[in-house]
Amino acid sequence: MPGTFLDSTELVLNMGPQHPSTHGVLRVIVKLDGERVLGTECVIGYLHRGVEKIAENRTYTMFGPYVDRMDYVAAVSNGLGYCLAVEKLLNAEATPRAQAVRVILTELNRIGSHLLWLGTHALDIGAITPLFYCMREREYTLNIFEKYCGARLTTHAFRIGGLQYETYDGFEKEVLEFCDLFEPKVDEYEELLTGNRIWVERLTSVGILNADDCKAYGVTGPMLRAAGVQWDIRKAMPYSGYDKYDFMVPTRVNGDTYDRYMVRMAEMRQSVRIVRQAVADIPAGPIMAKVPKIIKPPVGEAYVSIEAPKGELGYYIVSDGSTQPYRCRVRPPSFVNLQALDKMARGSLVADLVAVIGTTDIVLGEVDR
Amino acid sequence: MKNLLKKIFLIDLLQGLRVTFRTQHPKNIVTEQYPQQRPMVAERYRGAPRLNINPENGQTLCIACDLCSLACPENLIVVGWERNPETKRKDLVTFTYDTSRCMFCGLCEDACPVDALELTQDFELASYSREGAIFDRQTLEEGIRPTKYRF
Repeated sequence: MPGTFLDSTELVLNMGPQHPSTHGVLRVIVKLDGERVLGTECVIGYLHRGVEKIAENRTYTMFGPYVDRMDYVAAVSNGLGYCLAVEKLLNAEATPRAQAVRVILTELNRIGSHLLWLGTHALDIGAITPLFYCMREREYTLNIFEKYCGARLTTHAFRIGGLQYETYDGFEKEVLEFCDLFEPKVDEYEELLTGNRIWVERLTSVGILNADDCKAYGVTGPMLRAAGVQWDIRKAMPYSGYDKYDFMVPTRVNGDTYDRYMVRMAEMRQSVRIVRQAVADIPAGPIMAKVPKIIKPPVGEAYVSIEAPKGELGYYIVSDGSTQPYRCRVRPPSFVNLQALDKMARGSLVADLVAVIGTTDIVLGEVDR
Repeated sequence: MKNLLKKIFLIDLLQGLRVTFRTQHPKNIVTEQYPQQRPMVAERYRGAPRLNINPENGQTLCIACDLCSLACPENLIVVGWERNPETKRKDLVTFTYDTSRCMFCGLCEDACPVDALELTQDFELASYSREGAIFDRQTLEEGIRPTKYRF
């Protein structure tokens, strides 16, 4: 029997690449049955710049600014991961002072990244207010970056072997002021959202990804911790002196969108805790370790992974003994976390698909590289 | 029962609204009215490049060593020089800096041995043509001329 237009048939719909809630140029091909999502497929690559290939044609120092442009929301974390990888190749280690400043800036960047995530995620779901408040507080972290290294977004704050810039006068005071100011603000966001019935209804039991699925997909970061796995690279494989600081790894059990929200909120509080401890005890001394001016690592390879705001960020660098990397492979957390989108969105409603994309916290610059 | 009452009287929503109204107060306004209000740019801000000149004699500080152009990841600095027959030193002739490709990473500034090349606090780099983004020696020494906006 021929179908009429009233028969509900499957509909294939393109979401993106210019859709506002895909946070960039992500295209999701959605197969719909009415409002129900039957399946999704991500089309990526609209922002592909070939960063890994660029690395092969740049010296180790020159490649520094490019890594900031992958996850541009958390540029400092990217810089840290790259510097640590090259330092591992060189068998060098940053000085204690440099490590402490690195920890402070990375944690501030984690707060900034989570704030941007919270604002946009809430905006996707329909709560516009938190975006303004999040941007307001994120501005403070950006101002600290600007004063420290001269750029707000793509900071290029760290150099191989330590830091290029000494901290400015009043750095500690400003960071502590931010901590004091920020902690009540997290309560404010929670007041707005955590108990709000619309927020709870929209997020609970949406996009569930349990621990086994997370491990199967290689999902890391807050998404993994929301599923109940206590895995944080800062604790598991401490780098840059993270073993000196006392902090918790917040976890939740259900692995749904609401739990991921709660984990990220708790992480912001923990970041403030780390920043406070680090600022209280910045050791004196040089900011740059003894590394040669022209960086020429011995033949070998190194993989370093760090806990970026979005998950495990890994840098795998192969050196052939020249001044340029033979291969530089990046393991971006957003790219890997995005794989789980279909698993999370299948069977849900279209409106929830937006929530699920938001909760994965992707940055397309990093997905496409 | 308590939960039911909370639900009926919209406590959760009113709690959120309290936060919203608390922020309404004029002293809590943080937005910057940009063209009227100039932002305070940090001292270390990496903006428009400048070639410093010696204030005493007006000579350029640049020694045409070419280190900045070697350090640049984007290869956008071109230093033109010629050998001075008398002093046997390199003299700077031209200096081209293509800000359209610049990512303001500051590596050229770090590489400069005499603090001649500097990234300044000027941040208004928009121009109407691509040529306007390519700075020659004169622009670099005198600073960028602010674009006359056509309204």
